Amino acid sequence: MSDEQLAVDMRGITKQFPGVLANNHVDFSVRPGEIHALVGENGAGKSTLMNILYGLFPPDSGEIHINGKQAHIGGPRDAIALGIGMVHQHFMLIPVFSVGENIMLGREPVAGPDFYDHARARTAINELTKRYGLALNPDARMGDLPVGLQQRAEIVKVLYRGANILILDEPTGVLTPQETKELFVVLRDLVKSGKTIIFISHKLKEVLEISDRITVMRRGKVVGHLTTKQTNEEEIATMMVGREVLLRVDKKPATPGAVVMRVENISANTDRGVPALKGVSFELRQGEILGIAGVEGNGQSELMEVLAGTRQVTGGRVLLGDRDITTYDARTERGAGVAFIPEDRRGTGLVLSFSIAENSILGRERSPTFSWNEFVLKLVAIKEWARRLVKEFDIRTPSIEVAARNLSGGNQQKVIVAREMGSKPKVLLAAQPTRGVDIGAIEFIHRRIVQERDEGTAVLLVSAELDEVRSLSDRIAVMYEGRIVSIEPPDAAEERLGLLMTGGGAPREGAA
Amino acid sequence: MSGVEDIFRLLFTANLWQATLAAAVLLLLPALGGVISERSGVVNIAMEGMMLTGAFFAVVADLAWHNAWLATGVAVLAGALMATIHAVVSIQFRADQIVSGIAINIFAAGLTVFLVNRIYGIQDIGHVTPSESLPYINVGGLDQIPFVGKVLFQQNVVVYMALVLLVLVHVVLFRTRLGLRIRAVGEHPQAADTAGINVYLIRYSAVITSGLLSGLAGAFLAIGVSNTFVPNMTDGRGYIALAAMIFGKWTPVGAFIACVIFGLGEAIYDNNSIIHVSPYLLSMLPYILTLVVLAGLVGRSTPPAADGLPYVPGSE
Repeated sequence: MSDEQLAVDMRGITKQFPGVLANNHVDFSVRPGEIHALVGENGAGKSTLMNILYGLFPPDSGEIHINGKQAHIGGPRDAIALGIGMVHQHFMLIPVFSVGENIMLGREPVAGPDFYDHARARTAINELTKRYGLALNPDARMGDLPVGLQQRAEIVKVLYRGANILILDEPTGVLTPQETKELFVVLRDLVKSGKTIIFISHKLKEVLEISDRITVMRRGKVVGHLTTKQTNEEEIATMMVGREVLLRVDKKPATPGAVVMRVENISANTDRGVPALKGVSFELRQGEILGIAGVEGNGQSELMEVLAGTRQVTGGRVLLGDRDITTYDARTERGAGVAFIPEDRRGTGLVLSFSIAENSILGRERSPTFSWNEFVLKLVAIKEWARRLVKEFDIRTPSIEVAARNLSGGNQQKVIVAREMGSKPKVLLAAQPTRGVDIGAIEFIHRRIVQERDEGTAVLLVSAELDEVRSLSDRIAVMYEGRIVSIEPPDAAEERLGLLMTGGGAPREGAA
Repeated sequence: MSGVEDIFRLLFTANLWQATLAAAVLLLLPALGGVISERSGVVNIAMEGMMLTGAFFAVVADLAWHNAWLATGVAVLAGALMATIHAVVSIQFRADQIVSGIAINIFAAGLTVFLVNRIYGIQDIGHVTPSESLPYINVGGLDQIPFVGKVLFQQNVVVYMALVLLVLVHVVLFRTRLGLRIRAVGEHPQAADTAGINVYLIRYSAVITSGLLSGLAGAFLAIGVSNTFVPNMTDGRGYIALAAMIFGKWTPVGAFIACVIFGLGEAIYDNNSIIHVSPYLLSMLPYILTLVVLAGLVGRSTPPAADGLPYVPGSE
């Protein structure tokens, strides 16, 4: 294929960050009019490569050709001029501005000396949204829109700048299954009208569904170019990780025992005092995994915090066996046998400046195993314990004295999982246990959660990844607006769950 | 009993309101600068130091060249120079902006005293003759309107300038493309950068503009009001301006209202001979009000989202 036919042609791109070779002689090319998926684990260098293409930082070496011509991209301004637009994973939107102002920013229509021209902005946006069938109200306040519409505004923003090559960085991470479907329709329409799309993702199923070709990266290098029609999930995953991985969770049917935890009609507020839980009830049995599916922000976080003892209820009660633990705080919860893997591992799961050894006993530092009279730490015992966990949970670290900050996301998560499972809990609360963790670690953590179940622990799982909930759970509770709208079997259709998650669909018998 | 009555009587004198407006303008100029700087995302508590430097150089230049406007120009540049230090330290070197601001305030206090001693020896710096100070202008015709004429149209030229600047800053911030970009940079610099806006350029310009405005306030104080330089003569006005900015929720008009309230306190304080309220109590007023605002008792006051956060290109 000759140069002229390539929309993007990056050759020999190298970028060194302190301590990391983020891109190592990367060749990456995209044909015009295709949806090209760029896949790889966290830290594989996908974002670095795309940030270079978008001019956010310069490569140390290498050439970039756009539409057959060599380009020097010194900043986003140059990229925009070349017709490259980027929809970032973390939206580049200003919540206090209107949709119109957000879209126009940087290329605002002006009247008189320098006055922002609202009328022309509105007309321009209405024209664009009509042409691509992307309904949006330019006068709405951005912060008031749901995530799906915010992303739509990002896409319109990029189109307004005249982009022909659209980079979408993990665009589906924040979307519901329905929103993802709508996005894919939009993407296909865009391709039909002549746009080229680079789709960055680690969700292989979506990549297979939407892309034409795939480039796989691992540790800063390109490890494979694939044609979507001729490949499958296993092949891509193997390339990404560098060894064979088990994508499906391998588990026996559950053998649920007695009810361990009974949640009765609890309600609670968010930090801002708005009701987040509006009467949630369920039972959790020994040796089962109850998964909670739902779009983020429907009360899952608050539910976990209530059960872990870090949020107060405004009504209802929680029973652990026969004991009422509703008013227990985090420490007494732990004492009663409830372990908690929090969703924010850097903020609440770990003390980043503490060593692995110190982190491995957080919350258990008063137990007689680790201290004399809850006062003097038993350092030798702690070290032995930490070494055991590091070995058993395959935490990749040079030593147990390394600060948690210096571990990769996956290894940080393993420290938390090890600590929580190591306390031999009756109930394990796992909130987003594999968020931002690479495939290898996901596989490991999934296996350990199932193992924990098989040993008789009652597991409550919350995940924004519907696939994760479906593959791990023995029962699936769907949460919507602070209520459990239905409890479904693990083989419930994805469409049905998606519908329930957005407030549609009829609940099954027996749902609370 | 009589104290309350006295204040009440005082509130109906045009003199008091004339003094209030002048005092308010001394706060308004640095406060407007603060609004611009912080709207662009750079915390600026260095108004005190920038104003003091401006005041000093206004007097020095006026004594040397006997021209109030030239002196004002020098003061404005001196303020801008101090602001540039703050800009370089906090934008380029991404240092803590509060620490940088405090350092500039202490530096300015020391520098001006040092230079007074260096240039003028231990004797007094001397007085600017009234004919070489910033003029008071009565607006023909309008100044004869009872009450209002005295308050609004018999003022120093800087007061008129400040009121024009107030409108200008408001319009620029909330009606123009430039204002939209300044606010975007202060809310979400990454978003602005990816939209092709030069974040550093806007932040530098905003911080330096705040220096210009504080320098102007310093000139007004030194060669419009006092006609001399006294060490530490700004007397905390930069900090009160900061309070006014927060009180006014980072808007020019809000800051102006706060400045009038604080200015009124100062004017009453200056008229203390006829009232019987503790002057110390009055001078505490701005800070007490600010604490009340910060505690969220008078509505929430939310700073720009990226206020005080250095921008590192390419970071999330």
